[in-house]
Amino acid sequence: MLEIGQKQLELLERLTNASAVSGDEGAVRKIVLEEVTPHSDQVQVDAMGNVLVTCRGDANADGERLKVMLAAHMDEVGFMVTSDEKKGLYRFSCVGGIDPRQLVGKSLWVGSDRVPGVIGAKPIHLTKREERENAISLDSLRIDIGPESDSKIKVGDTATFATKFARLGKSIRAKALDDRFGVATLIELVKHAPQNIDLLAAFTVQEEVGLRGAGVAAYTFNPDLGFALDCTHARDFLPWDEEDENASYNTRLGAGPAIYVADARTLSDPRLITHLVSTAQDLEIPYQLRQPGGGGTDAGAIHRQRAGVPSVTVSVPARYLHTAASLARLADWEAALALMHAALSRLTPDILESERSYCG
Amino acid sequence: MINTLEFLKVLISAPGLSGFEGPVSQIISEAWEPITDELQTSRVGSLQGLQRGIGPEPRPKILLATHMDAIGLMVAGYAGDCLRITSIGGVDHRVLPGQLVTVHGREEFPGLVAQPPANLLPVENGKKPVVIGHLLVDVGLTAEELREKVRVGDLISFAQEPLEMGKNTLAGHSLDNRASVVALTLALEDLRERSHAWDVWAVATVQEEETMAGAMTSAFGLRPDLTVAIDVTFAEGPGAPSHLAYPLGKGITLGWGSTVHPALYAKFKEIAQELEIPFALEPLPGRSGTDADALQISAMGVPTMVLSIPLRYMHTPVEMVGIKDIKRIGRLLAEFIAHLPLDFMETLTWDE
Repeated sequence: MLEIGQKQLELLERLTNASAVSGDEGAVRKIVLEEVTPHSDQVQVDAMGNVLVTCRGDANADGERLKVMLAAHMDEVGFMVTSDEKKGLYRFSCVGGIDPRQLVGKSLWVGSDRVPGVIGAKPIHLTKREERENAISLDSLRIDIGPESDSKIKVGDTATFATKFARLGKSIRAKALDDRFGVATLIELVKHAPQNIDLLAAFTVQEEVGLRGAGVAAYTFNPDLGFALDCTHARDFLPWDEEDENASYNTRLGAGPAIYVADARTLSDPRLITHLVSTAQDLEIPYQLRQPGGGGTDAGAIHRQRAGVPSVTVSVPARYLHTAASLARLADWEAALALMHAALSRLTPDILESERSYCG
Repeated sequence: MINTLEFLKVLISAPGLSGFEGPVSQIISEAWEPITDELQTSRVGSLQGLQRGIGPEPRPKILLATHMDAIGLMVAGYAGDCLRITSIGGVDHRVLPGQLVTVHGREEFPGLVAQPPANLLPVENGKKPVVIGHLLVDVGLTAEELREKVRVGDLISFAQEPLEMGKNTLAGHSLDNRASVVALTLALEDLRERSHAWDVWAVATVQEEETMAGAMTSAFGLRPDLTVAIDVTFAEGPGAPSHLAYPLGKGITLGWGSTVHPALYAKFKEIAQELEIPFALEPLPGRSGTDADALQISAMGVPTMVLSIPLRYMHTPVEMVGIKDIKRIGRLLAEFIAHLPLDFMETLTWDE
C-alpha cells in the first residue's frame, strides 16, 4: 500500500504554501507539471489551464482497459484586488466562498510576488458594544501593504491567506488543504499508476467558482468512470451547550477518507460506492461515508459530461476549510491514498455490468 | 548597538501575556544588562534598570515606563478535542476566528482559533460574530492527549509572524507595546554615551493591559521625581479616521490633558522642536489609557508625561508601526534627560 513519508509531506507543504486562487492557478500548475511529467505517457495543459495527464495501462494485458478519470482541483478560494485607494490601501473581493468573519486581522500574500499585506480592523478601543455584536462588513475592510512599501501590486492581482504549512504532531495545519490534498494524492497515483487501467489524471482549474475546469477536462478525456479527489468539512465538534447530539458533522477527523453518496451536485454511482466500500473493508482501510447533504465537487461536472460518466468522490476530512488555516489528520490522508490506489488496482470492466445498487 | 527592527522582531516573537511576562522580561533584561548600572525585578515582575546620573547625591530621579505585557488568550476549559478560551486584555472577538496561536501547555502547541459551524451554535447567532465563549482553540490533539498536555489557565499567544512592509514598517502582534520597549532601549543606549545629572530608572512594566499594577507599584517603590509613560496611540487607517488618529510613521505624539503636567509637556515640546522631530499634540481629555494613569497618582503624586507611537489596528494580531517613530521617541527621551538640570523640579511650577 502507498504510504505518506517525508517526501510526500514535503510535496504537500510546497503545494499548500503556493498561491493558486481560481483562475490564477499557475504556481500550483508548475509544481504539478514538474512532478508528473517524468511519470506519464502524455501531458497537456488545455485551453482553460487544466493539466491533463495520461498514464496508459499495460498494453500486453488481455482485454479492454477502463479509462478512469481522476480529478483534483488546483485552485483555492482567495481574494482579488479591486481598487487602489493609494498609500498602500486596496479594496478587494472574495473569490469563492469565504465567510467574511474569517477575514479580519489576517495576513495575506498579494500578487505573483507575494507581497505581504494585512487586513486590519478598527481598534477595539474605538468600537462600541453594539458595534461588536455585528460582523465587520467586507466593505469596510482593506488590504494594507504599508504606507511606505516599495512593492507594486495592482488591481486584478489575486491574494491568499499567508499561512505556512505546519506539522502539529499527528495533524497538519495549512491553508488550501482543499484541495491540495487531492492534488498531492493524484500526483502519487500518477507516480504509481495501476497497470490495469488507463489512468486519466485531471488537475483542474476553477472548481471553487463553479466546477468549470472539470467539465471541460471530462469532455476531452471521454472517460468510462470518474473519481473526484477532494477535501471535505469535518464539523465534528460538540454543540455549544454540550447537550444535544451533533447530528450534522458531515465527516469526522480520524475516521478515514470520506466516500460520497450524495451532495448537492452529484448522486454517486452506486457501483462505485460499493467498489470503494468493499475495497476498504477487504483491506481493512478505515473509511467513512460522508453525510449526504450540500456541497459539490468536480464529480458534479464530470458525471453529466457527454453521454454521462459514472462518478464518485473521495475526500480527506479536514476542519476549517475556506479559512486562513485548515487542520487535518495525516492518517486520514494516508488512508485516502491507500484506498484510492487499491480501489483503482482492483477495477475491471465488469464493474459497469454489475448491479446498479449500493448494498454497502 | 541594537538593530531597531531586528530587536523589535525578537521582542514581539517572545511570549509575555499580562501577568506572565517572564519570557519577554528575560530578553529585555539581556539587552539592558550592558547599558544599566543596576537591574532588578520588582515584587510583581516589572523589570527595573538604573542608569546613575552624575549629579551629587541625593540625585533626582526620572522613571521611564514602557509596559512589556501583551494581550492574548487563556484556556478556560475543554470541549471534546478542542479548548474553550477566554481573553487576557482587550480582545475584540471578531478578530479571533482563524487566527494562528500557540498554546503554552506542557509543551508549546501550535494551533488556531476555531469558529464552530452554525448548526452547533445557538440558533440566534446566525451570521453575527461568535462570542469568545463559543470560540474554540484546536491544536490537532485528540481529546485524551489534550487533557494530558494542556490545563485550564494555560496561556495562548498569537502566532502571527512579524511582517516587514517595506523597510520602515513592521506588522505583527504585540507591537503594543514592545515598540515602546525598543524606543526606551534606544534611549538607554544613547544615554550610556552621554553624561546626565539625573538618575534614570527604565522600567518594563507588567500588567498594563489588565490593572496597571506594574506601573503603579514601580512608581511607589522607586519614588521618582518625574515619570514618562511611553505607549502606542491610534494611527490613521481603515477604522481610524484622522480626527481620532495620527499618520503612521510620520511623527510621534505628545500627550496633553489632565494626566500630563503642562510644564513637562512644554519642555518636551521645546526639545522636539529643537531636534526637528515631527510631533502632534494628542489631546487626552480623560484617562490616557496608559501606564501614566497609574504613575501620576502614585504616593504623593508625580508630574507625568505621555509619549506615544502611532500604530494601526491596535489589539489585533496585525498591528502596524513605523520604525522611524520608534527611533524618534528614543532620541527625544535621551535628549530630554541629557539636558535635565538638577534644579528642574524647581522650575516645574503651576504658575502661568
